[in-house]
Amino acid sequence: MNRLPRQLTPLLVIFVVAIGSLFVARHLLVPRTFGEYGHYRAAAVGEIAGQEFTYAGSLACADCHSDVYDLKQNSFHAGVACEVCHGPAKRHVDAPDEFVPEKPKGRGFCPLCHGYNPSRPSGFPQILPDVHNAGKACMTCHEPHNPTLPHPPEECSACHREIASKKMVSRHTNVACTVCHTVPPEHYQNPRLALAKKPLSKAVCGQCHASDASSSREIPRVDMTAHGGRYQCWDCHYPHYPEAIQ
Amino acid sequence: MKKLGTDMPRREFLENCSRALPPWLLVFSVVGSAESLVADEEGQYDASKHNYAMGVDIHRCIGCGRCADACKKENKVPLEPTFFRTWVERYIIPTSGEARVDSPNGGIDGFPEPQEDIDVLRTFFVPKLCNHCANPPCVQVCPVGATFESRDGVVLVDDSYCVGCRYCIQACPYGARYLHPEKKVADKCTFCYHRITKGLAPACVEVCPTQARIFGESGQQSSPLRHFLRFNDVSVLKPWLNTSPKVYYANADGEVR
Ligand code: SF4
Ligand code: SF4
Repeated sequence: MNRLPRQLTPLLVIFVVAIGSLFVARHLLVPRTFGEYGHYRAAAVGEIAGQEFTYAGSLACADCHSDVYDLKQNSFHAGVACEVCHGPAKRHVDAPDEFVPEKPKGRGFCPLCHGYNPSRPSGFPQILPDVHNAGKACMTCHEPHNPTLPHPPEECSACHREIASKKMVSRHTNVACTVCHTVPPEHYQNPRLALAKKPLSKAVCGQCHASDASSSREIPRVDMTAHGGRYQCWDCHYPHYPEAIQ
Repeated sequence: MKKLGTDMPRREFLENCSRALPPWLLVFSVVGSAESLVADEEGQYDASKHNYAMGVDIHRCIGCGRCADACKKENKVPLEPTFFRTWVERYIIPTSGEARVDSPNGGIDGFPEPQEDIDVLRTFFVPKLCNHCANPPCVQVCPVGATFESRDGVVLVDDSYCVGCRYCIQACPYGARYLHPEKKVADKCTFCYHRITKGLAPACVEVCPTQARIFGESGQQSSPLRHFLRFNDVSVLKPWLNTSPKVYYANADGEVR
């Protein structure tokens, strides 16, 4: 039988102790859930997800303030959440009497969006705060929940800039929006209360593009009955970018 | 197991050692898994079923800074300037010369008049935040695994594990991280992870008055983000770095970095 050389015994002991303490150290230092999903502490995900939130969201406001909410929803401010102006309101939702959300007063707040700034998209309603009824609080003249404009916008691009800038570089650039969309006059005052209508059938495109249409000769023509079959024109041709896009 | 002796080859010794390891590992991992089980039972949220991303439409941004303001209030970001999880930059592109970019207090207090001495060709606002890169340099450099990509595609920082070495702040090519002055750990946008996992929108998306920010899931057909990606030519910031950002910009000028 082979005997273990004497010099190996202490070496072995050191080895065992070293490996053992490595495991103990690993056990103590590496967090429990480390490596469960990847090279990180899995429990951190739950901790971060469990943080308190402070913005309750517009729908929470609508539960109690449905009158104001409905008014706003039909106005130019439809897309502006309540908490944009009133600040975080989760505490108010939890304890309505103890915590009352902010109410911006004076002339400081509204110009953050509506003060003239050349970097803003053109058409976005802007004023020069120094000369526009100087000294008066915005709310003396404007109801923020339904800020009907004194002069309704004449161009659709005032509100629909994104679409306008697409159409501007497309072949439809000279086609007025109202050729395809029916726009009730109220739409200019309360955009959501009276919505502009989108075309419902191919006939609208046919006005110019049908083979028997009386439009200018340069306009491409198709046989409306054969081309595209049961699909609507805009299933393939985005009208504001009329070239067929693959 | 063969008895250890002088004639035992080194290789065999090592193999035996590695065979002896698994029982040890088992002991430790059983203790470890108990904690995460509890976490799973609490909510039905399944991270592996989500993949979040954000869209930003530069044409819609009016530079009101409400997003940067809401972000600070929601995430307890220190109120002094220079600490931001999201901020708004103003680009001024002159007819000749270099583009100028500024962001006074992240845009929260508005933007002062641009200087009069330049001929402005174009000017617009660009909201910025962590891009939640699919190939994030900040995660690669973290020496302890405190910054990581969660299973739902959000890059997060483990507060209690971060050692505050600032490597990730150096590594992020978008300047999206800062060192939290009180907690002394790296901090950055989490897409409001505590909100989105409960079905709420991130605070910046909630308060953006012009819907310049769109949040959603890139894998879900019904998500507003899919609509955004379908109808816009989108770009990402610094695509040549191969970080694969998940914040998509529509109508971004070539000057936007
Ligand atoms: S933007 Fe910066 S902080 Fe965010 S994931 Fe990419 S590298 Fe990391
Ligand atoms: S809240 Fe919206 S519009 Fe205002 S600065 Fe932020 S992204 Fe732009």
